[in-house]
Amino acid sequence: MNNTEYISFMDHQGKYKGIFAWIFSTDHKRIAFLYMYAIATFFLVGAILGLLMRFELIAPGETIMKPQTYNGLFTVHGIIMIFMVVIPGLSAVFGNFFLPLHIGAKDVAFPKLNLFSWYLFMFGSILAIASQLLKSGPPDTGWTFYAPYSTTTGTNVITATTAAFILGFSSILTGLNFIVTVHQMRAPGMKFFNMPLFPWSIYATAWIQLLATPVVGITLVMLIAERLFGIGFFNPDLGGDPVLFQHLFWIYSHPAVYIMILPAMGVITEIIPTFCQKRVYGYKAIAMSSLAIAGVGFLVWGHHMYTSGMSNQARWFFSLLTFIVAVPSAIKVFNWISTMYKGSIDMKPPFVFALAFIFLFMIGGLTGLILGSVATDIQVHDTSFIVAHFHYIIFGGMGFAFFAAIHYWLPKMYGKMYNFKRANIAAISLFIGFNLLYFPQFIIGIQGMPRRYFDYLPRFQWAQVISTIGGVILVSAIILMIYNLVMGVRKGAKAPANPWHGSTLEWTIPSPPSLENFDEAPFVKENPYDYN
Amino acid sequence: MANNGSHITEYRVLAKILLILMFCTFLTISVTSFHLGALTVTVALLIAGFKSFLVLSYFMHLKYESLLLRILVSMVFVLFIVIVLITFIDYSFR
Repeated sequence: MNNTEYISFMDHQGKYKGIFAWIFSTDHKRIAFLYMYAIATFFLVGAILGLLMRFELIAPGETIMKPQTYNGLFTVHGIIMIFMVVIPGLSAVFGNFFLPLHIGAKDVAFPKLNLFSWYLFMFGSILAIASQLLKSGPPDTGWTFYAPYSTTTGTNVITATTAAFILGFSSILTGLNFIVTVHQMRAPGMKFFNMPLFPWSIYATAWIQLLATPVVGITLVMLIAERLFGIGFFNPDLGGDPVLFQHLFWIYSHPAVYIMILPAMGVITEIIPTFCQKRVYGYKAIAMSSLAIAGVGFLVWGHHMYTSGMSNQARWFFSLLTFIVAVPSAIKVFNWISTMYKGSIDMKPPFVFALAFIFLFMIGGLTGLILGSVATDIQVHDTSFIVAHFHYIIFGGMGFAFFAAIHYWLPKMYGKMYNFKRANIAAISLFIGFNLLYFPQFIIGIQGMPRRYFDYLPRFQWAQVISTIGGVILVSAIILMIYNLVMGVRKGAKAPANPWHGSTLEWTIPSPPSLENFDEAPFVKENPYDYN
Repeated sequence: MANNGSHITEYRVLAKILLILMFCTFLTISVTSFHLGALTVTVALLIAGFKSFLVLSYFMHLKYESLLLRILVSMVFVLFIVIVLITFIDYSFR
């Protein structure tokens, strides 16, 4: 790269100026930033709502809000965090920014469609927020919109489901874009098995987005039709079947868990070899396990429904498949740890976050086996054990992977470094706060504390108090982390092209990249993790 | 891509496919007058699946696309069939 000709994508003067240079840009990197700022804002809102719920639960009975407010709050928290943060999070932000860079492309296959996806995302998000503010009050169904209650409640269910429908469209278009990008735009010489493993995870995720999201889309349309026109799809009073809603909902929403976690696994698979300066162990096994998770993940949805009146045959069948899907996830963990073995480990912040991810994801995954087994699931179904398991997977997994990713790739995205010491303090505080917040929920869940309950028996209070203290530490650590990153972007030292000595293509170009990423399309023949 | 946008399907072929699709729609409605019990949904899905196959093959030109693309779309069909079958493990044994 000739530095005299280099202009970063941030400094590039296009057709538009100011904010219009961002919201009308079809550059994948700018679109990634648009997603990131929107998602970060939604995340902070969702986190504050979560903290308010924790304050309500600090003592039995009413403390800071009424029961109906609490019902609305956990629904809003769920809708924001699931549909507006976790599902698009890694894929839309880091997938958009780094998929083309990893495969040596100038952009995604359909840049205009990419921008359109962001507009759909924002429109859906605004509608979702409106559903909380409009006259009839926020939906009180939980983010799962379970029928028949969702077909009869007087709250803003139609607005919220329409929002989820539109957000789903955004997700489908992003997935389609990424699939075509991987197939058509790889650098010369780059076969599928020369791709880094992050694009592999994004590719597997994109297939889930493309195939599973329409199912929830049509389910939500059926729910809206039932509410508006009285068509009896799900309400037994109209001749419908509420279990059908659960089937259709989870046919999407379980694979959606893999939409959340697969890119997270991709991020961790990038970070570990870089900070161990060692070739990734079992490249093909990791690549194929991404596809296996995507494939088998489609077939396990029934484990959310063991207590819903499903047939016994369906229960054991789903239980068997659930145990099978644990295998490719375990392959990844095994390979990450094997990659670290005898590596030159450098405990920089991205690696600290990656280690936290593995620890928390393992707890989430192993408690998932308790839920995959029919007998034990019936004991803890709809208790706070589920809340803890889910948050260990989604927040401990996807959330910590997002934090790891931003600490790993911030120098490339902004061309600036951040304070390592402060970042490590934030990472450790996050880890402590997280475990204080969610681990007690496992214990009282086994003892019978129901989820989504406004009130509880006094014997559960000790755990609720610890969880609330954990919540305060967690939110404080998030604020510290964001402060550190913002300070890094504003006042940090200039980042070199390859601050971590990484081996993938994004580290071969300046930080931040130029508009078209590569002056010439790179020729790639080797394994992407060749540290020898 | 195999076709490179150059393949043109004759109107006569498209008209025939349209007629078959209309006949299938008529068949879907007619078959509801028979009491097929548990097979009602199966028959409806089979007809709908055949119609989708025709639309994808002729109207969406999949017939003239590369083998890879046809395999990818076929896998979507396979996934759909597997999901329906698994769902019916619940409904058939309840």
